[in-house]
Formats: sequence, C-alpha cells, structure tokens
Amino acid sequence: MTHRANRTLQVAGLARVEGEGALHVRTTGGRVDEVRLDIYEPPRFFEAFLRGRNFREPPDITARICGICPVAYQMSACQAIEDACGVRVGGQLRALRRLLYCGEWISSHALHVYLLHAPDFLGFPDGIALAAADRATVERGLRLKKAGNRIMDLVGGRAIHPVNVRVGGFYRVPAPEELRGLTGTLREALYDALATAEWVAGFEFPDLDVPHDLLALREDDGYPLDRGTPHVSTGIDFPVSEFGDHVVEHQVPHSTALHARLDDRVFLVGPLARYSLNSDRLSLIAREAAAAVGLGTVCRNPFKSIVVRAVEIVYAIEEALSIIDSYERPEVPCVEVHPRAGTGHGATEAPRGLLYHRYDLGADGRVLAADIVPPTAQNQTAIEDDVTRVVRAHQHLDDHALQSLCEQTIRNHDPCISCSAHFLDFSREGT
Amino acid sequence: MPTIAVWKFTSCDGCQLTLLDCEDELLPLADQVHIAHFLEVTGASEPGPYDISIVEGSVTTPEEAERIRWIREQSAMLVVVGACATSGGVQALRNFADVDEFRSIVYASPEHISALDTSTPISAHVAVDHELRGCPIDRGQLLEVITALLAGRAPDLPDTSVCTDCKRRGLTCVMVSRGTPCLGPVTHAGCGALCPAVDRGCYGCFGPMTRPNAPALVPLLKRTGMSDDELELVFRTFNANAEWT
Ligand code: SF4
Ligand code: SF4
Repeated sequence: MTHRANRTLQVAGLARVEGEGALHVRTTGGRVDEVRLDIYEPPRFFEAFLRGRNFREPPDITARICGICPVAYQMSACQAIEDACGVRVGGQLRALRRLLYCGEWISSHALHVYLLHAPDFLGFPDGIALAAADRATVERGLRLKKAGNRIMDLVGGRAIHPVNVRVGGFYRVPAPEELRGLTGTLREALYDALATAEWVAGFEFPDLDVPHDLLALREDDGYPLDRGTPHVSTGIDFPVSEFGDHVVEHQVPHSTALHARLDDRVFLVGPLARYSLNSDRLSLIAREAAAAVGLGTVCRNPFKSIVVRAVEIVYAIEEALSIIDSYERPEVPCVEVHPRAGTGHGATEAPRGLLYHRYDLGADGRVLAADIVPPTAQNQTAIEDDVTRVVRAHQHLDDHALQSLCEQTIRNHDPCISCSAHFLDFSREGT
Repeated sequence: MPTIAVWKFTSCDGCQLTLLDCEDELLPLADQVHIAHFLEVTGASEPGPYDISIVEGSVTTPEEAERIRWIREQSAMLVVVGACATSGGVQALRNFADVDEFRSIVYASPEHISALDTSTPISAHVAVDHELRGCPIDRGQLLEVITALLAGRAPDLPDTSVCTDCKRRGLTCVMVSRGTPCLGPVTHAGCGALCPAVDRGCYGCFGPMTRPNAPALVPLLKRTGMSDDELELVFRTFNANAEWT
C-alpha cells in the first residue's frame, strides 16, 4: 500500500482520446490539491475566420473542427443558420438528417467502446492488443463502425466531412431503393449492438456517483439527436436561444479550451446526461436492452457510460431502420433559404453531448459573428471533478495503477480535445 | 516487422481517423506492421527510428516546428496526409489575417496562447517523401500508399484533376448538364468525384492539381452563376495557402 504524503502524477500525452491533452494531479497527505486537464492542442481560430464568410459555408467549414463528429457540426450549423433565416426543415428531409446523424453515432460510439475505452476495463494497452487476445470481439466492433460509416457514405456522400449536407437540406436525396440497400447490414448490426451491450455490461465498474447537474436536449418524439429543448436535471428547461445566458465559458490559464458552467454550477453533457434525462424516450429494443443489462432509468456512474453508449448504438440502429422503412423521396433535395439580418441558434446532440452554435448574419448573408460551444469544453470542469473524486477514493493504489485509473476516468467522457481547443466567448468574458 | 508511427500536428483528427475507417483492412494491417506511435489508438509509444511516419496536420506553433524536424530525422519514409499537412489546411486562413486580433476574439487573456502567425504545410519545414491530398484523405489512397511502401514500390497516385475521376465513374459533368459551378477542372484527383456524384460542384478540398489553370476556369464559373465574392471565398477555404494559379 502506498499512502505517500505528497504525490504528483503527470500524463504528458493522453492516449486514446481525440486531440492533444495532458493530466496533472498533485496531492498532499490525503488531500487532493490540484487536478488539471491541460489542453495544449493548438488553437485554430474558427470563430475568428468565420466572420465575413457566406452564410452557406459554416456547415462545411465547422465540420473541419472535428473529424470524429463532423455531422454534429454540420447539423448544429445548419439549424442555427436556418433559425436566423426563419426556416425550419421538416418531413423527410429532417428524417434524412436524423438518419445521417444515426450513422455518426453508431460509428463514433463503436470506435470509442471497442478501440478506445474497453481496453481500460480489460487491462490491455489498446484495441490492437485486445484484438490479439480476442479478435472476434474487435471484429464485431469494426463491423458496427462500418455499418455507421455506410449510412454516412450513402446519405452524406462521405463518412468524414460529408459533402452532401447544405443549409436547407441536401444536394441530392437518395431513392428509397438505395436506402433499403442498407437494411440487411443494419439488421445484422442490431445483433452486434445487442451483443455489445451484453459484453460491456459484464465489465467491472469502479464506484462513482457524480452529483453534477445534467444537461441534454429533450424533445416530444423520441430520443434527442438533431434537435430539442435544453433540459437540466434540476427540472429547468430553457429555449436554445437562451443557451448563452445559462452556459457561460471562461478561460483558464492552463488550457486552450474554455471552461463552462451552467448557472454557475458544474454540469455534465453527453451519454449519461442524455440517457438519464431521456431513458423514457428510447425505442422498444433499446429500452429492453437497457433493462436487460441492468441500467436503471438514471445512470450517474461515469464508468458506466460505456454501457449507455452501447444502448445508444442499439437505439441509433433501430431508429435508422425505422427511418428507412418509412422513407419517401422528398420532392426537392433542399428547401430554399434566403439570408436576412439576424441571429440564429442551433443545438444538437453530438455523440459526446450537446453542441451549440450561434451565428449573427448581415442582410447580405455574411457571417458577422459566430459562437460555438462543443461538448468537451462544457465537460472539462466535470471531468476534473471526477478525477479528484477518483484520486481521493483510491489513494491506496500505486502511482501506475492510480494513473491508469485517472486516464480511464477521463476516457469515460470520450473527450474530444480537437473540438474544445480554441473555444471562446468574446461577449461574455471572465477569467 | 516494419515500424509505423502516426503523428498529429494542428488538425481535426479526420485524416488519422481515415486509417481506423479501413475497418476490413485494419487488423490484417496490424499483423504486418508494428505500430510504434499512434496516440489516438494507443498509449504505448516507442522511440525511433521508424520505417514509415504518417503525419497529419499543419505547423502552427514553435514546438511543432521543432517536433517535425525530429520526426524527419527518425523516419526513413515521411508521408504527409491531408490538406492541413500538404497546404496548411483551413487554419491557414490566419495567414491572410491579423493573428493577434484572432487571438483576442477567441480568448479573454490572449497572452496565454502561443500560436505562430501562420499555418504552414509540413513541406515548408522538412523534406517529404509522399503526400496524400484531401480534407480528408481518401481511404483507398491511404491503403495504396501503405501497401506500396511495404512492398517497396512507388505508390500509384494520379496527379490529374477531379474531371478524370468523373469520367472514370461515368458521371455526367455537373457544369455542362446542370450549370453548376465546379472546381473539378483545377482540383487534384483522388476523391473519386464525390461531390459531382451528389449533384454538387467540387469545392476543391483536394487542393490544386499539378499546373492548375484557375484563371481559365474563372469565366466559366462566373457564367454558371458564381459571384466575385463567392469566387474569392471558394479558393480561400480548405487549401487557402496553396497555389491555384
Ligand atoms: S485535412 Fe481536413 S480532414 Fe484532414 S486533418 Fe486537416 S481538417 Fe481534418
Ligand atoms: S469533388 Fe472536390 S470538394 Fe468534393 S470531395 Fe472531391 S475534391 Fe473534395
């Protein structure tokens, strides 16, 4: 048992996360003095160079913020710009957007569950080593990931930075037969997803019960994906247009990302929040899968987020199948959107949690200002808080074991550091 | 076994993700090579030298400028992948602007942020053996480069235009048939004409082809309805720093 008075843990380059970050932990006696998730990913200044661009460009440009969740960026950007222009995309065009988003959830979650997170629970350094020990399982994960990518290839024209998305809808909408071509793959994927849920539910989960406020979208029909109203576990709702009044970001010296608070409290977005606020909205098979693996209606243990992700994969596949089943080709691939002066807001559920965009447009359709709040920037404070709790509860571990556990704690939230670097809020500063 | 290292510079991770998107080839490939460094996938990181280094991203900080020199010294083959690495990427839009002002828009205390005034391609810093274009790169081209290098042959990477990709796929020209403005005639081949396949004009994410003749295309783009403003923007996006003329 190592119960040293003073310890410093340092992870210079966090592995199996998207982007570049480091962890720094310092304890004195039994007390945790400092936990810092350092984000040293260089800033790319998206919000600055979006100014002056044409209102049709943000979906393509902001997709390049993150290669793991480009659809999320495209969807939040489209929604915000359409909101500014007074357009709401509905019907089959909306259904196609949802389908595309399902593809991203399946692919992104499968990547995280199998290659990035499961190795932590099973004691492997990575997914490649896991495959050497259990190839069939990793192959199942890759099959799932591929099924998600097939949806994005077909509906989006490309899996990473889809080319077919535009303000108002799409460039080309597929024929029903083309979509039905996915049905066989997705039916098989549903079995793989159910097997995934069963597999991850058998892992051993460290105890942790976080008190953070949870924030996720909620909507009338179904589990939140492409739209909804921000809802907090304390019971409050607010319109997307008031997001900036509730979620306030501030800069901290050790990070190129900005930390956020929700009504001045630590909060969490992402699968745990989404599930805990919307488990009643799951589709039939997903709900049964959640019950079968013993997830209650609320889950506050971040280590179990891997189980929630597995259930969300089941949901996304079921939803994709149902969209395809009732799909009719829209008459036009895109509704007309004319620019006008004003401000628009958009919020959708990226795989890692709520992603907010705001654009101020001029009458000529130029972007005057942009504000983007990605999920990981919102979660950074909660992640540091989780690590603090874990260190406090596991002082008896040696440095190596404690460090691994800290890294796993961070990976619980599938942080996307590429996304968070460079975010910002110029109107409401506060350091 | 040959060693492969995958490195990230300033980027979105999309190009390295392309390697993980080779779902059918990933595990067979992992049987043939030894992955010595690939932070997105594994914490195990080994010191050089490396047989093949794959580099994503552009150089935007003093530390990155140092690091790429070290990687070059350690690597027998250096393959740079994606618009960020080959031209500076979308973040090279700062090259045309005042970075201090950019910094102050994004951060309340800009003095904490260390970033260079420019985003530059890897080739501006070290010699590069092969480059893959695209934002992001194409899966098939990535596999071609890796397979060729492992077999000791030169990779087959056509340097023609997207128009050639269209012809190969049997797509009708979107400019001729629909009057849709398209950068295909001056854009580097390799994507397989993804945009024309969804009735969209190419927006140049693979960057300029060898000897592009953008000035000759401009009147055509105007005739198909592009305004001067749009023209300027479309060449100044994902490969803003590249030479289009
Ligand atoms: S080239 Fe495009 S896809 Fe590749 S890393 Fe850069 S921004 Fe991402
Ligand atoms: S057609 Fe042009 S913009 Fe579209 S994917 Fe190919 S190179 Fe990129």
